[in-house]
Amino acid sequence: MADETKAPEQSAPSERPRPSGDRPSGDRPRFGGGGGGRGPGGPPREGGRKFFRRKKVCKFCTEKIDAISYRDVRLLQGFVAERGKIVPRRLTGVCTRHQRRLSLAIKQSRNIALLAFAARF
Amino acid sequence: MNRTYELMFIVRPDMTEEDLDKLLSMLQSIVPASGGSIVKVDKMGKRRLAYTVKRFHEGIYVLMVVEGGGAVIHELERRLRVTEQVIKFLTVRTDEEQKRLDKIKALRDARKKVSAQPAAPAPVAAAEAPAVPEAPATA
Repeated sequence: MADETKAPEQSAPSERPRPSGDRPSGDRPRFGGGGGGRGPGGPPREGGRKFFRRKKVCKFCTEKIDAISYRDVRLLQGFVAERGKIVPRRLTGVCTRHQRRLSLAIKQSRNIALLAFAARF
Repeated sequence: MNRTYELMFIVRPDMTEEDLDKLLSMLQSIVPASGGSIVKVDKMGKRRLAYTVKRFHEGIYVLMVVEGGGAVIHELERRLRVTEQVIKFLTVRTDEEQKRLDKIKALRDARKKVSAQPAAPAPVAAAEAPAVPEAPATA
């Protein structure tokens, strides 16, 4: 678990298209996949500087989105990883109150087949 | 006992328009009979399902917003369960959430009126801003 918190700095989304040779060896393929699903709440990070971490802010607080509806698939999709998992707060930067509502909305959305429970393979 | 519910259901994609209208008018006739009222009915059209439901890959989504007590929902859900064309449905109670949103909106509007008055210092701050980045360049 301790490694996972470090992973976002190493495998920033902007870094992925590069050839894999110059990547840190600690990069997990699991995280490379999940990175794309990280919410827009997570700011873009620069790949080169390892210890640079921008303060993440809650997308819903800054953009003043009050209602998180299960019908808004576009919005919810940003907070679901590729496999269909809900992205944890520590990666997206969503605040506790909004993460609760968000996860509720995602679960309702899954129930009515707007979002997948798990990705098909 | 006035509550608002959102009823979303999916019908088979091979259902014809007339059949769907028939089903909707049937559902609409139930609501007043059990003491509720319909706020809106929205046919959201055909959509791909995120996973297969009863071997269907797509379905026609319909959204109904209904006002009334639990008896209305009970009857509607029973009907939906019995109707074979309906492959999935979801009921969500929305009035309490709406109440919360209205409260936030009212609070925000009240705050906006207060902050609208001291708008004068803003241009001063803007004029000072370009001077700040120059200082490290000369040093």
